[in-house]
Amino acid sequence: MSELEFRRVSVTYGHGRTAHVAVESADLVVRPGTTHGLVGESGSGKSTMARIAVGLTPVSGGSILLDGVDITNRAREARLARRRVQMVFQDPFSALDPRMPIGASIAEGLLATGRYYNRIDRESRVHALLDRVHIDPARAGESPSAFSGGQRQRITIARALAAEPAVLIADEITSALDVSVQGVVLNLLRELQQELDLTMLFISHNLAVVRYVSDEVSVMRAGRIVEHGETSAVLAHPADPYTRELLRSVPVMGEPLELEDA
Amino acid sequence: MSTRFTRTLRTPAGITVMIGGVVVLLATVFGPVLFGEAATARDIAGRQQGVSLEHPFGTDELGRDLLARVIVATRVSVLLTLGATGISVIGGVLVGIIAAVLPPVARRLVNALIDILLSFPWLLLALFFSVIWGTTATGAMLAVGFAGIPVFGRLVSTLASSVAGSDFVHAARILGSSPLRTSVRHVVPNILPPLLVNTASHASVTLLSFAALSFLGLGVQAPEYDWGRLLNEGARRIYVDPMAAMGPGIAIVLTGVVFSLLGALFSEKRSNRTLRALPRRSRAETRAIPTVPEAAPVVEAVDLRVSFRSEDGGLVERVHGVTLSVAPGEIVGIVGESGSGKSVTAMAAAGLLGPDSLVESDSLVFRGIDMTREPTSVEKRRLALEQAMIFQDPLSSLNPSLTVGRQLREVSEIHGRMSRSAAAARAIEALTLVRIPDAARRLRQLPHEFSGGMRQRAMIAMGLMGTPRLIIADEPTTALDVTVQRQVLRALRDAQRSTGAAILLISHDIALVSGFCDRVVVMRGGRIVEELAADRLDDARHPYTRGLIACVPDMGTDRDKPLPVIDAEPPSGREPGTSASTDPTAEHTEVVA
Amino acid sequence: MTIPPAPSPASVLASPTPVTPASGDRGDRLRQLVGSPRLAFVLRRLLRAVVSLVIVLIASFFLVHLVPGDPVRAALGPTVSPEAVEALRRELGLDLPLGQQFLDYLRGLVTGDLGVSVTSQRPVGATLAERLPTTLLLSVISFVVAALGAFPIGVATAVSSRSGRHRAADLGASGLLGVLIAVPNFLLAVLLISVFSVGLQAFPPAGWGQPSQVVLPVIALAVGPLAYLSRIVHVEMLRVLDEPYLTTARSKRLPNQILYVRHALPNIVAATLTAGGVVLVGLVAGTVLIETVFVIPGIGSTIVSSITAKDYPLIQGVVLVYAILVLAANLLIDLALAALDPRSAIAEA
Repeated sequence: MSELEFRRVSVTYGHGRTAHVAVESADLVVRPGTTHGLVGESGSGKSTMARIAVGLTPVSGGSILLDGVDITNRAREARLARRRVQMVFQDPFSALDPRMPIGASIAEGLLATGRYYNRIDRESRVHALLDRVHIDPARAGESPSAFSGGQRQRITIARALAAEPAVLIADEITSALDVSVQGVVLNLLRELQQELDLTMLFISHNLAVVRYVSDEVSVMRAGRIVEHGETSAVLAHPADPYTRELLRSVPVMGEPLELEDA
Repeated sequence: MSTRFTRTLRTPAGITVMIGGVVVLLATVFGPVLFGEAATARDIAGRQQGVSLEHPFGTDELGRDLLARVIVATRVSVLLTLGATGISVIGGVLVGIIAAVLPPVARRLVNALIDILLSFPWLLLALFFSVIWGTTATGAMLAVGFAGIPVFGRLVSTLASSVAGSDFVHAARILGSSPLRTSVRHVVPNILPPLLVNTASHASVTLLSFAALSFLGLGVQAPEYDWGRLLNEGARRIYVDPMAAMGPGIAIVLTGVVFSLLGALFSEKRSNRTLRALPRRSRAETRAIPTVPEAAPVVEAVDLRVSFRSEDGGLVERVHGVTLSVAPGEIVGIVGESGSGKSVTAMAAAGLLGPDSLVESDSLVFRGIDMTREPTSVEKRRLALEQAMIFQDPLSSLNPSLTVGRQLREVSEIHGRMSRSAAAARAIEALTLVRIPDAARRLRQLPHEFSGGMRQRAMIAMGLMGTPRLIIADEPTTALDVTVQRQVLRALRDAQRSTGAAILLISHDIALVSGFCDRVVVMRGGRIVEELAADRLDDARHPYTRGLIACVPDMGTDRDKPLPVIDAEPPSGREPGTSASTDPTAEHTEVVA
Repeated sequence: MTIPPAPSPASVLASPTPVTPASGDRGDRLRQLVGSPRLAFVLRRLLRAVVSLVIVLIASFFLVHLVPGDPVRAALGPTVSPEAVEALRRELGLDLPLGQQFLDYLRGLVTGDLGVSVTSQRPVGATLAERLPTTLLLSVISFVVAALGAFPIGVATAVSSRSGRHRAADLGASGLLGVLIAVPNFLLAVLLISVFSVGLQAFPPAGWGQPSQVVLPVIALAVGPLAYLSRIVHVEMLRVLDEPYLTTARSKRLPNQILYVRHALPNIVAATLTAGGVVLVGLVAGTVLIETVFVIPGIGSTIVSSITAKDYPLIQGVVLVYAILVLAANLLIDLALAALDPRSAIAEA
């Protein structure tokens, strides 16, 4: 089990007068074997946190530590360590190469392990992974277009798992899906988390979904983390006014919406 | 891919291309062998003849048969075209790849240079190069080929950067795939098909370019000849024999069409759709009622069915017999997932479905107006004033080119017969009601100067310009943040309270609908599954409704148990979530941003 | 020919780079500097025109030097004595050092001295000044015809094909446009001559000066770009007619002319000019072919005869003038874009 720590990280896009600060000195610790929820609205910088953790975007300040090793620089150890942080993307349609059979896409995940797999090992591993995400392993040769959005998202999860990640980052992975499919994907994540003791950073704009999967939660707004703590504690007794506003905004099943102060 | 390809080949365009391709190929390979003698045999007595049975295109000044010469010229014309196209493609791919692997500054320079070169017409570039390489066939091939390099350079770099920006390439990078491996496994396979398509259509352009150069006397030189040269010679004798010019012209155009159709055929996207209008009809005769009793339903649909034209030309029914009525002032919510038909139902009720849809019903009436017919001008006026629409995407539902004020005033000025100033005063009132501060200044702004939530509230204000009896809101808050969602819903509720209009709210979010509406209508696969009062959700009987309520985690869901899953396939046989990508008629409104 | 839109040069295969679109970076800074996105766009395009002009100047100067072998020998032919070759070489200044030659060339440009034609012995500048107005007039008339004709045709065909009521007419119109795009202008010119000059004897087949002599060349030159542009307008119009804001406008039950003219038309101008600009500019180069067919004494027919005669000073001059015409046409379209695009969406493009 591994720990992922964001230590005073900042991200700035552009230079000089046009600089835009996406993340400002954010601290966040994903404890080993737990799921940490990161909630925020559009433009809050939550997706940037995912991108810097996997190296798609460089940090402008601070560091990200995986079990104490800084993974933000370009050194070889950092690069190798970074491969142990894997990510599942929001849009299941662009996350899979349309011209690559899904089995080959999943096998690509094996690259990150740094081990050599012969053909038979590779195939059996892909089959096991497909089985694990409840997709018929016999369909490994089919192209992504043969699968629905929810199935594709499970395939991208299988690809991330193939990398044997120490930390899994899920960036809005259910927001492009219908609610009934969302349930399936969330259940799968829970199941995997319990079986594999995954350390997970779960990013979403949906407070109820974050609450359901997370042990701890951080609330982000305008590039800053405004509040963090154990999920039930934060949601029961929010300290920050913004967290309170978020909580009040979430519609509750069967209860009339309180709109007078909107 | 292969089945789609063979299917394409069997279309009329496919057969044309195949036949044309075979003819061109045969003329290229066997033309000089079979007709070479006829093309060179001089007949001084029969020179400069017009069209005859013996010489369908006439003869030239040495009495040589022009048809034979056109056929023989195929080889030179086609080979030079292929050569020049090859130079363009290979050069363009090299430039594109070099641009892709260069550091950012150098890459920007190369792209800027391509940009500048692209702004020059090919003919000018080709003329420039032909000055350098001379007016020979090879010189012209190089000239035309080099003139096409910027086109392909740009194409390759555009395609490559769009593929490189996609999530699957990001994923490969995160997994430790080397840049070389990523380009071989992901980038090249995804840019190759569009590149082939463009190569075919570029060959058509190259053919014409070549003909142009030869026609100018800057390409193939005597005694060699290609179509352009034959055309040049023929044009000089146009008074004697028009076919001498038209013959090679026909060959050029037909071969060009074969090449470009080949490109169109390979292309995966068909943009040239031709629609066939579907008739609007209602099965029962509904007569318009001039005066509407205030207690009568605002909207009443009985056995509403909506079909769309599918890609293969057949009809696909997407709404299968919906019966729905909305009472005056009532707030009704329709809940459902992708493909449930909820948006289509609402759009049919508003009479706003496009000409590719077929609306059938026993009755579809909005306050006495039969919505299955083309409305009369009086009815149009009433619809404009009494119906209001709010759509999902606040960015695209307001016209980006017109000021907000103009879009608000429009209905009052055109249908409400108000003066401009009266309409403007009313627009200020409406914006104020939906809590947009500084309304007078805001009216002069363009929509892009508004935030997403404000645009949605401006849409609501637009509906308030008339005397709305029904506000149809199709996923009005789906694209917005939850905190903004409250403001929009409040504006909607204020609008409803101040006008007494009914609201038809379409949403995928059952919690939202239950909190905002009086009555909830649950749809699935084009049918109404269940209708119930919003405060009696616990009484839901249908397993789908219960599943829908249970499968969404809310702030009280037990975190230690898995979420209940709706496992039954929907009645239409379509798995939820599959519709958005492939089916153009599918509701694309459901993808939650 | 498919001209894809300008790409955002995203980090293609390089290792970690910021996700900021590199192209927007410079634009943003410029936009901040001048305050208005529209002005920033115009300035950027002006800058591009200046850079292009410099490239054109350098290219036209080196044109002669890039010719393999001895251009003077090539121009005079193999029979002329070495002394004559040497004399011409000196006259053209080709015996001087390269830097000196370039400076002389630039000085000549500024003073209007473009050298002397090898074949006619007349100053190149005078020949161009005499012939340029003809080419300009032909281009401008055709340009206007193509641009003004395309909008009504494109809008009408799009509206009709979306309604789906006149399917046969729609298919016919789209087929006709397709044919007109496919037929090259020089072929069309020959066809027009054979029908209207030889057959009907309605218009003269050659020459320039009389209004009747303008008709056929303009048709031959403008029809292709007109058809291509019509198709772009058609496609853009269909796209806009499917936009949600058009559904909003329809829900207001606006009269059709307001729907199409006020709500749809402004939103297709930018995309149409961006995509169609290339074709409109290509029309300038098309004068080369059209002038040759109709024997019009413009710079287009001059460029062909000078290339055939290897008259390098004249070639240099004509190439330069053509390139400048093209740059001017490009700039004209950019300015039109800046003026007509209501949202300055160009700034983001």
